[in-house]
Amino acid sequence: MTTADATAQPIDSQGMNYLVSLPRRIVTIYLPLGAFLFVLLFPFYWMAMTAFKPDAELISREGNPFWVNNPTLAHVKKLLFDTPYPEWLWNTVLISVVSTFLSLFCSVLAAYSIERLRYRGSRYVGASIFLAYLVPPSILFIPLATMVYQLNLFDTRLALILTYPTFLIPFSTWLLMGYFKSIPFELEECALIDGASRLQILIKIVLPLAVPGLISAGIFAFTLSWNEFIYALTFVSSSEVKTVPVGVVTELVEGDVYHWGSLMAGALFGSLPVAALYSFFVEYYVSGLTGAVKE
Amino acid sequence: MASRTSALSRALDNRNLLGLLFMLPAAALLLLFLTYPLGLGTYLGFTDTKIGRSGVWIGLENFEFLWGDAVTRLALFNTLFYTTIASVIKFGLGLYLALLLNKRLPFKAFFRAVVLLPFIVPTALSALAFWWIYDSQFSVISWVLMKMGLIDRYIDFLGDPWNARFSTIAANIWRGVPFVAITLLAGLQTISPSYYEAASLDGASPWQQFRHVTLPLLTPIIAVVMTFSVLFTFTDFQLIYVLTRGGPLNATHLMATLSFQRAIPGGNLGEGAAIATAMVPFLLAAILISYYGLQRRAWQQGSADK
Repeated sequence: MTTADATAQPIDSQGMNYLVSLPRRIVTIYLPLGAFLFVLLFPFYWMAMTAFKPDAELISREGNPFWVNNPTLAHVKKLLFDTPYPEWLWNTVLISVVSTFLSLFCSVLAAYSIERLRYRGSRYVGASIFLAYLVPPSILFIPLATMVYQLNLFDTRLALILTYPTFLIPFSTWLLMGYFKSIPFELEECALIDGASRLQILIKIVLPLAVPGLISAGIFAFTLSWNEFIYALTFVSSSEVKTVPVGVVTELVEGDVYHWGSLMAGALFGSLPVAALYSFFVEYYVSGLTGAVKE
Repeated sequence: MASRTSALSRALDNRNLLGLLFMLPAAALLLLFLTYPLGLGTYLGFTDTKIGRSGVWIGLENFEFLWGDAVTRLALFNTLFYTTIASVIKFGLGLYLALLLNKRLPFKAFFRAVVLLPFIVPTALSALAFWWIYDSQFSVISWVLMKMGLIDRYIDFLGDPWNARFSTIAANIWRGVPFVAITLLAGLQTISPSYYEAASLDGASPWQQFRHVTLPLLTPIIAVVMTFSVLFTFTDFQLIYVLTRGGPLNATHLMATLSFQRAIPGGNLGEGAAIATAMVPFLLAAILISYYGLQRRAWQQGSADK
């Protein structure tokens, strides 16, 4: 009865799990797991509920707060038509896409040359890329702000597009180095003998084989730039160039009366694009996350 | 013509030259926007630069002032408190969640995907959700506790210094647990099931299996994950900025938020840079501890890991 189960799940690490009875499994596994899921997901549920609740329900202490009785689109309408939210969305998309591609371009070349050309000193460069990955934005934003001023980039999208790669390149390079390492040298040697140049090898042989790595790095880089906060808060001040996280936090929070409905709608719609992208590429994302940490 | 192309192609075959060429875009961006500002930041910490006015070298004056400044000392205490408590709990809960997810479960892939959500959405936006959940008048937590009869008036989550500290720590844990859990889960999956089979044949209890098989094999990845976790927590900015802006009475100011407040709204770039620079030794210590910890383990296991 159980051998079939056990062979069907060869990666199940607790080899004798199937001996544990169901009631026991409920208490030791499903109950705690359910508690985790509830806590981890509740803020999102609450965001969604609040975004569609009429104001009267929001401030009432009567009735069941966990459900919406009269759903309304008023908050969403206010967000989309009475605030610069669509502009912030557009900025965030533009800045994230451009900085992601810029970083991927730089990282592919850097990772290939560190891992495959093995030029003199490439080991040290690889190690310093990893160290660069550990430098937190919170200690860089002040000097970067003075540079952004001096370069006349203050309050431009370009300021963010140029500074985001400082945390995207180290990460993507490190990730891609791992992928390039797994591609057999023989493939490249054959191509070299056939007279291919290094650039041709990179474009025609290595990159097609490293597509999963490129997707991982791309998804991760896009998410990181979408979520970036401190640079966008410091280097940009006009509403038309703000990104969603900064715009929602600095402009939708006004005075003493909080418009919780539209605030939560803004948070929800700012989270949905990354959540959707993530759900399509979970495996790539997770392998990127764990690959970059593990090595 | 022919000789020129061949000279060019010969140059491109030289791996050092080609390596340099390939490194150029990444190196240019990183040197200009990462290495240089890192140095500039340290330099600014020794000057009295203000916004719109370049400063002069004043030596250790900023650091001397900050050392005597009660708010900075409080921020240092808060940062250490926040980092220690949050990291320990994130490690405990993250490991627990990883072990749960490593069990044989229906819809495992779905659970694993959903668990990571808090980590991937913008922190500033999920922090807004926490701000609403922690609201002093309409908090849903207070509502539930009231209905259950456990409290008789709404909790002031963010208005009281200690409440605010623990509320921000809870939000940080919420955001950080998925990262720890998913990376540790990846580590758990690399452990061969045959170790567990051997251990259970030898009569090891589940606790003994965890203590003597899982934990030792997981230690290297635990060290890396916790280094990252400590670094992220120590330099946290968004969560505090959105939830409390450092208040009430600076009770939740971290070094990062204080440095922002002094430098950007306050205009004292030099002082802010000094606070940021003061974070560096702590970060270096965290990295070195984990690095040497890892090296010793690699050496003990006799592997030639780099």
